[in-house]
Amino acid sequence: MAFQQIKLYQTGTFVAGNRLLDPEQRSVQARTGRSNSLTSGHRACRGCGEALGARYVLDAAMRATDGNLVAVNSTGCLEVFSTPYPESSWQLPWLHSLFGNGPAVAAGVAAALRAQGREDIRVVGQAGDGGTVDIGFGTLSGMFERNDDVLFVCYDNEGYMNTGVQRSGATPPAATTANTKALGGTPGNVFGQGKSVPLIAMAHEIPYVATATVAELRDLEYKVEKAMTFRGARYLHVFVPCPLGWGAASADTVKLARLAKETGLFPVFEAEAGTVTEVSKIRRQVPVEDYLRPQKRFAHLFGDQPRPDVVARLQARADRNIARFGLLPEGDE
Amino acid sequence: MLRQVEGSQAVARAVTLCRPQVIAAYPISPQTHIVESLSDRVRTGELTSCEYLMVESEFGAMSACIGASGAGARTYTATSSQGLLFMAEALFNASGLGLPIVMTVANRAIGAPINIWNDHSDAMSMRDSGWIQLFAESNQEAVDLHVQAYRLAESLSVPVMVCMDGFVLTHAFEEVDLPSQEQVDAFVPPLVPQQLLDPADPVTIGAMVGPEAFAEVKYLMHVKQMAALDEIPVIAEDFLRAFGRASGGLLKPYRVEDAETVVVALGSVLGTVEEVVDAMRDDGLSVGALGITCFRPWPVAEVREALGRAKRVVVVEKAFAVGAGGIVGQNVRDATRNLPVDVYDVVAGLGGRPITRASLRRLLDDVVAARVDASRLHFLDLDVELVQRELERARHGARPGPHAENMLRDIGTVASGAYE
Amino acid sequence: MDKPFAITLDVGTSRANKTGSWRTERAVYTNRMPPCNDACPAGENVQAWLYEAEEGGAGYERAWRKIMADNPFPAIMGRVCYHPCETACNRAQLDEAVGINSVERFVGDEAIRQGWTVSVEVPPTGKRVLVIGAGPSGLSAAYHLALRGHTVTIKEAGPMAGGMMRFGIPRYRLSRDVLDAEVQRILDLGVTLELDTKVGDLEAVRQDYDAVFLAVGAQLGRRAYIPAGEAAHVLDAVSMLRDLESGEKPLLGRRVAVYGGGNTAMDAARTAKRLGASEAIVVYRRTKDRMPAHESELREAEDEGVLFKWLSTIKQVDGGRLTVERMELDDTGFPRATGEVEELDADSLVLALGQDTDLSLLDGVPGLVVEDGVVAVGSDMMTGCPGVFAGGDMVPHERSVTVAVGHGKRAARHIDAWLSGAAPEPVARPALATFDTLNTWYYSDAPRAHRPVLDRARRESTFDEVVLGHDESTALMEARRCMSCGNCFGCDNCYGVCPDNAVIKLDDPGGKYLIDLDYCKGCGLCVAECPSGAIQMFPERI
Repeated sequence: MAFQQIKLYQTGTFVAGNRLLDPEQRSVQARTGRSNSLTSGHRACRGCGEALGARYVLDAAMRATDGNLVAVNSTGCLEVFSTPYPESSWQLPWLHSLFGNGPAVAAGVAAALRAQGREDIRVVGQAGDGGTVDIGFGTLSGMFERNDDVLFVCYDNEGYMNTGVQRSGATPPAATTANTKALGGTPGNVFGQGKSVPLIAMAHEIPYVATATVAELRDLEYKVEKAMTFRGARYLHVFVPCPLGWGAASADTVKLARLAKETGLFPVFEAEAGTVTEVSKIRRQVPVEDYLRPQKRFAHLFGDQPRPDVVARLQARADRNIARFGLLPEGDE
Repeated sequence: MLRQVEGSQAVARAVTLCRPQVIAAYPISPQTHIVESLSDRVRTGELTSCEYLMVESEFGAMSACIGASGAGARTYTATSSQGLLFMAEALFNASGLGLPIVMTVANRAIGAPINIWNDHSDAMSMRDSGWIQLFAESNQEAVDLHVQAYRLAESLSVPVMVCMDGFVLTHAFEEVDLPSQEQVDAFVPPLVPQQLLDPADPVTIGAMVGPEAFAEVKYLMHVKQMAALDEIPVIAEDFLRAFGRASGGLLKPYRVEDAETVVVALGSVLGTVEEVVDAMRDDGLSVGALGITCFRPWPVAEVREALGRAKRVVVVEKAFAVGAGGIVGQNVRDATRNLPVDVYDVVAGLGGRPITRASLRRLLDDVVAARVDASRLHFLDLDVELVQRELERARHGARPGPHAENMLRDIGTVASGAYE
Repeated sequence: MDKPFAITLDVGTSRANKTGSWRTERAVYTNRMPPCNDACPAGENVQAWLYEAEEGGAGYERAWRKIMADNPFPAIMGRVCYHPCETACNRAQLDEAVGINSVERFVGDEAIRQGWTVSVEVPPTGKRVLVIGAGPSGLSAAYHLALRGHTVTIKEAGPMAGGMMRFGIPRYRLSRDVLDAEVQRILDLGVTLELDTKVGDLEAVRQDYDAVFLAVGAQLGRRAYIPAGEAAHVLDAVSMLRDLESGEKPLLGRRVAVYGGGNTAMDAARTAKRLGASEAIVVYRRTKDRMPAHESELREAEDEGVLFKWLSTIKQVDGGRLTVERMELDDTGFPRATGEVEELDADSLVLALGQDTDLSLLDGVPGLVVEDGVVAVGSDMMTGCPGVFAGGDMVPHERSVTVAVGHGKRAARHIDAWLSGAAPEPVARPALATFDTLNTWYYSDAPRAHRPVLDRARRESTFDEVVLGHDESTALMEARRCMSCGNCFGCDNCYGVCPDNAVIKLDDPGGKYLIDLDYCKGCGLCVAECPSGAIQMFPERI
């Protein structure tokens, strides 16, 4: 891993903090002085991965910028649950415009700050997967291509949760959603569709692209902090399980994120200028079934008419990621 | 300083003098010369401290302006036609957020069929977007309206659209009096944002508002637009004092005081209309014209006042509501409600068709002679024969095909040959 | 700013929305019983003292004091305890058990090096308690009774305190300096130790005291009838080890056979090697895996060249020669004679067949019950005679130093209660922190550090300690391998993973966390992601 290994054998780099660590070595989330950019009272569902991811990202970015941060938010759960009039959960300057324009709005904010000589203030754009990989994709690509000084963060919960759990371009194959039900011959979302925006971002050769999950806080914070050392367009794709949309227990949010990475289904890596520079290795490899079973959206694969063939195809996807990104530790491949 | 200059260049210069800090634009004819020129001006340093974003779409352009405006920058963009429609969602958002963005719309028809030439379909389609819409009669007025637009937008925190006829104005070389930087700086004070993304004083902009307050938010938008009806004449008077030139305002009455017949129009066609008015006056006919400079907000009282003594009002407009009728006409009818006046809706100049003096004269003569039915929508210079043939075809053939292709074939346009 | 109505809001205003009303379950910080604590015969709060030791520096003394609250012999434990805590340790299911014993030794040795002491913090009660026997159980009881303000007198039949720790466990397993230091610390509390004072008749002395704790141990080597020739040299292991400690070097010859399979047999064989025997062979009637000796003792004996003859009984002893019969195990694992005999050269035979207690002092004690050669006690360690308690090897239980120490502690607690007429404070025993209550993802892969051992050559010729201690950094690392099962160790995970910022981290150094019930929606993420299983969900009463 690229971030500093802390020599604390009890818990190493995996927990948020630890009383034994030098305060500087603790994660931002472990500090009493963290900014809580997204504060209490928001209306996210129990165990919301996106709420968690947003606070992780923004608090880290706040720390990296010494509080000189502006956030732009596309329409979606995150926006809706955080700002129903008359209450806002945000504790930083925050602007919401539309569903599909977050990256462009953020680019506009960055341009305005530069024109005003306030480049010390940094800009984070954020959206769910729908606002990033689908409806906002044009503006996102434009922002990448122009290399606007924006860190754009996608909180990927693999579907349109705010509108009632429909399929997005980030929904995995076989997952059931409100419009890809387990009906007909191909239950759930079809294979062969969707897209990897991290890889597409890399194709723009922007300074920095990274993926992360809410299960590895230190890795996530490291990537936010690192992203803030670059100028220009940066992209961070954060995997955030959705208990509601996935039909999972609210307490399983972090576990599912962990399993997504440990199965190889969600590769965690960093890239600079279009080239992968670091890969987060799988620590305890598990079969995809371990990840799929706790989620109702995959329940049809394990029901009365089990579909081991579909599970095998999902495993093949994981295996392909493992081979492609070299996700297994040295010697295990 | 008087200069012979293309309309787009003149507007680009005027915008430059207003010192926008962020320009975001996407090219579309006939807006292109404006944004190209601004790109030059940023690159050469004529316009300093300005970020020019060459965005991926008009949607992106308006969105970037929203972000920039939210961050306290003076912003500018320009578009036309399809581009304006592609912005539609963001237009409503900008006005809803009360962001003082100024945009030029180089008016152009909307397809299909695709057509790059001038009419007002684009601006009219966005008449309910919450933007102030000002229509320039000339390039001089286009220049002046941009300067006034920034002051108006920023004094009320409302976005302003300056409409100028595509090609007719944007690509026309005319003599224009371009103001000096000092004059503009004195007229347009630095922007003081009503709301600002500022880490030192953070706020949440763009909250979700439910049934409990949504109507109130919209009502307040309406009140703001109503306030603009008071503000616009004040700005125009200030402008007259500062620049020695009457420009802007809500309406442009021309020989209406005693006119029995008044032509209502927007934009560059007003010049032609005024010439016809003059000619008819010379013939002893009581005719006048009323130019609408400010279409949104709709100056209902001022229009009523201006048309209060007319017997016939002929609204000549370059757009219409398909399946309903005139757009401006409906607004005029609303303004003249319960007055003893007939309002004629005349659709003219669609897709760049010239509105000639002769046609207008013919129309007005017919109206004065009571040969026109005020209850029906009229199309100036419509090729009735062509339309009849197409309608006939439709009556006989099960699948007549696209009207446009059929009619092009009928009139023998070269391009249509490829389809035979 | 004159902000636009409704569209623009003040930051942080959602705190007015108390999402705690959504909750159907609530997260509560709890403590589960760590398996190490659960398994410790001395009732040590192992997890708690490891928690202190993990901090290093000043944490070692706090760790030591936490041990001392239960057990006055940390340095001795760190050498002779068979550490059931490590057997129970959840970490064994992850990689390897935490080396608790090695950390305890480090902490105990550090206390001796630094001269840390304990003192009596309560006023004298005026009650007099007699402890008979200065072995681990008696000393432990004396220590805990003294700390409770009682006046304690120990009557010890032998010339020195320590009991089996001195006369049973050889020096190479327990340095006498360490033993002396830890015993002295108890005496320094004001305990009176009367050596060479054998109590022959309890009834004669009992009335001088308010209570009595019997801890005379089991030091009579059990004999078995083996036909022996006149020249045969047969002795028992307990006597041999005691004599050695008393300065008498037993004459064993060059080839020594030890009969038995327990820890004492191992000690006898290893001692024989050190005393110059060229060959020490352990004869045991069952197989290696059925030996009662602790695995570590067996391994060390093997390392030192002790030989083993499994499935064998001794039929006859003659000068320089044993007759041995081969055994085989039946279906129940019981050894059966086969009739096949062979001969084995041996200059002497040491019997290590178990120990019995000399109970002669108990004659006439009213109500006291003896069964199978040991004294019956209740769970409060009291014998059938009110005010007379007993513990250690003389009561029916597994015999080890640690068990004896635990008996001493428990007896002290009950004697104290008995003396005051009050019921003893109940000891809370929360549910066990089983492996499945942990989220072990969060623990780094950390191989165990094993203690160094003395060179083989020196082990064969000297009584120097065989197992050496960890240096500070190794001990610290080993302490930090503790997973703190069932108890918060301040990792901040709950504070980090709450999507509703409903975990409040208290800023004072000793402070922990609170659930902010105004906002906790009851998602359970803090529970799921708590590495040590120290948070539990409980249904809300709705």
